[in-house]
Amino acid sequence: MKFHWFHLMPYPDLPPDFREKYRSVWVDVPSHLYDPVRGHQVYNEYLDELEYADAMGFDGICVNEHHQNAYGLMPSPNLMAAALARRTRNAALVVLGNSLALYNPPTRVAEEFAMLDVISGGRLVAGFPVGTAMDTNYAYGQTPVTLRDKYFEAHDLIKKAWTEPEPFAWNGKFSQLRYVNVWPRPLQKPHPPIWIPGGSSVETWEWSIEHDYLYANLSYGGYKSAKSVMDGYWETVDKMGGEANPYRAGFLQLVAVSESDAQAEADYADAAVYFFERCLHVHRGFADAPGYRTIRSLEAGLTGTLLGQRSGRSIYQAGGGWKGYLEEGNILAGSPESVTEQLREVIKGLRIGHLMLLMQFGNMSREKAMKNTRLFAEKVMPNLRDVWSEYEDRWWIKPLDAARRAAPAVAK
Amino acid sequence: MSYETKTVSVRDGLFQVEMRRGGKGDPLVYLHGAGGQDAWDPFFDLLAERYTVYQPFSPGWRGSTGLDHLDDVHDMALFYLDLFDALGLASVNLVGHSLGGMFAAEIAAMDAAYVRKLVLCAPAGLWLDEAPVPDFYAMTQDELMAALYCVPPAIPPQDPAKATPEQRQATARAAIEQAKALAASTKFLWPIWDKGLKKRLHRIKAPTLIVWGDSDGLNPPVYGPEFQKLTPGSRLVVIPGTAHLPMAERPEEFVRVVREFLEAP
Repeated sequence: MKFHWFHLMPYPDLPPDFREKYRSVWVDVPSHLYDPVRGHQVYNEYLDELEYADAMGFDGICVNEHHQNAYGLMPSPNLMAAALARRTRNAALVVLGNSLALYNPPTRVAEEFAMLDVISGGRLVAGFPVGTAMDTNYAYGQTPVTLRDKYFEAHDLIKKAWTEPEPFAWNGKFSQLRYVNVWPRPLQKPHPPIWIPGGSSVETWEWSIEHDYLYANLSYGGYKSAKSVMDGYWETVDKMGGEANPYRAGFLQLVAVSESDAQAEADYADAAVYFFERCLHVHRGFADAPGYRTIRSLEAGLTGTLLGQRSGRSIYQAGGGWKGYLEEGNILAGSPESVTEQLREVIKGLRIGHLMLLMQFGNMSREKAMKNTRLFAEKVMPNLRDVWSEYEDRWWIKPLDAARRAAPAVAK
Repeated sequence: MSYETKTVSVRDGLFQVEMRRGGKGDPLVYLHGAGGQDAWDPFFDLLAERYTVYQPFSPGWRGSTGLDHLDDVHDMALFYLDLFDALGLASVNLVGHSLGGMFAAEIAAMDAAYVRKLVLCAPAGLWLDEAPVPDFYAMTQDELMAALYCVPPAIPPQDPAKATPEQRQATARAAIEQAKALAASTKFLWPIWDKGLKKRLHRIKAPTLIVWGDSDGLNPPVYGPEFQKLTPGSRLVVIPGTAHLPMAERPEEFVRVVREFLEAP
C-alpha cells in the first residue's frame, strides 16, 4: 500500500464573511484579497510540510494545478515540484498534474516533466488531468466542446515526443509543429508513470484502462460518496478485461489524526470548517461549462438531477460542521487506532493501492499539519503497509539507484 | 398552422440536417440562437402566412449531425451555402437570431448572391470593451431567465417525487438537448463571441434590418447601433417591452416589423 501527501496550498486568510460577500472562491475571486507578504510565509511553510512528508517516509508528495483559485495556489505545479526535487531525496514527485490542453505547444509539458524527471533522478509521476471547467474553460478560455479532443491530441503528441528518438513533424488539429524534438529526454523508460486524475466519467475510465494508466479519483467528498464512483471504475476494468490490481487506482481523502478522537476535533475542526465553508464556495455557474462533459457522461450519470444543477448558490453543500463532515465521510479523523481501522476499511472497500492524503486543509497551521503528518507516519502508516502486498505495482516510479544519484556540493 | 419536419442531406451525407418547413411564398430561412428552437412558435405561423419558412437546425443541435466537421464560423457559413444549394434555393430572405444572427451576417458577407434581404435579431459577434457582453455561460438558471425575458414565462414547480417515469424521462431528455445545444454553441461563441465579424460586415450587400429588444439582458442594446454603423445601409428597430427574445415576447410586433421590411420595395 502506498501513501502520498497531497497539498492544495490554500490561501489561509479569506475573510469570515467570504461566502456572503463573494460569489466564488474560484475564477472571479478578486485578487486584492491576496496579500503577497502573507503569501511568502505560507508558500514556504507549505513547502516545509511537503519536505517533512518526504522525511517522514511518505511514498509520494503531490502538487496540482489550479488557476484563479484561492484554495489552490499552484498555477504552476512544476515550479513547486522543481523546488521539491532539490530538497527531497526519496519521495516520488507526484504532479497531478499538468492540464494538457492549456499548454501551447503541449511539448512544453514534455520538456518540463522531462526536466523534473532528470533533476529528481527518475522520481516523477506525470499526471495528465483534463482540468476542471473552472480552470480550463472559465479561467483559461478553452472552448469546452473541443477541450477533450485537444487534450487527447496533446497526450498523443507528448507521448510520441518522449518515445521517438528522432525529430518528427506533427500536423495536428490543435498543434502544428515542423520539428518535434524534446530535450532533455525523461530518465524513466519508456517514460514516467502516467496518472489520470479525474472525476467519474466513463470515458476517462475507459481511456485510462485502455492505456494502462493509473486512475485517481480526486474529490473532496470523501470515501462514502466515492464508493459508487470506484465501483463504476472497477466494473469498467472488469468489462474491459483488465486486472483488478488495486495499484491501478488512487483516491484522495482528507485525514486528521490526533491523540484521541476528541483531540482531533479540538485540533482540526476550525481548519475543516474554513475548508468546506470558504475554500469550496464555488459559484454554480462555473461548475460545469456547457460541453465540458460529454453527452454520454451526462446521460450516464445525471439525467435525474440535471435541471436543478445550475440553481442554488454554490457547488458544494456546506454547513455540516465537524460531526457532519465525519458522518458524511468528508473527513476521516480520530486517534491513530481509529484512523487505522477506518482507513483499512476504506482502502479495501474502494480497492485502492494509492491513497492521497490531504493532511493540511483550510487554514491549518504548519504546526498542526506537521503533527497530523507525524502521527500518521508513525502510528497509522506502518499498520497498513502490508495491505495489497500480494499485488505488484506497475504504475510506480523507477528512480536511479542511490549510487548513481547526484551528490550536493554543499552538505545541508 | 402546419409544418413538416424533414431531414436534408448535405455534402454527400456528411451532414444530416433536421429541418422544419411550413407556409407558402418566397423562401425565408430562420437561423436559431444558441439555445436552439424548441417548437414551431406562433411567430413562425405569422411569417408562414406570406413565406415558405425553413427552420433548419445547425449541425450539433437537435438531430442535425456533422458538428465535428465545423471548426469555426467560416465553416458554418459555408455549410449553410451548401444547405441552400441542397434545398435548391438560389437566394433567400435570411433571418437570424443571436448566434443565428451571427451566422446569417457571416453568410451574407461571404456570398451576397444568396441573400435577398437580411434580418438580424440581437445578433452575436461584436464586443465593446466599454460594454462587455455578460457571460451567459456562467449564469444560474434564474439569472439566465432574467436576461432572456422581460417577463420570464412561469414554470410550474415540479415535484420530482410526484413525476411519472415518463415525465422524468422527458425532463431529462429536454435537459440533455439543452446541454447539447449550448455545448455546440461554445464552438462559435466561447469565451468571447467576437470572432472577427467586424472585419466582414462591410461585405454585406443585402438590405439589412437589425432588430433589438429594448431590455435585452444577454446582448446589450448598445450593440444595435454598433451593428448598424458597420453594416452598410442597414436599419435598426428597437422593440419595446422585450428582452433577448422579441419574437417570443411580442410575436405580432416582431413579425409586423420584419414583414414591413421584407415587403418594402
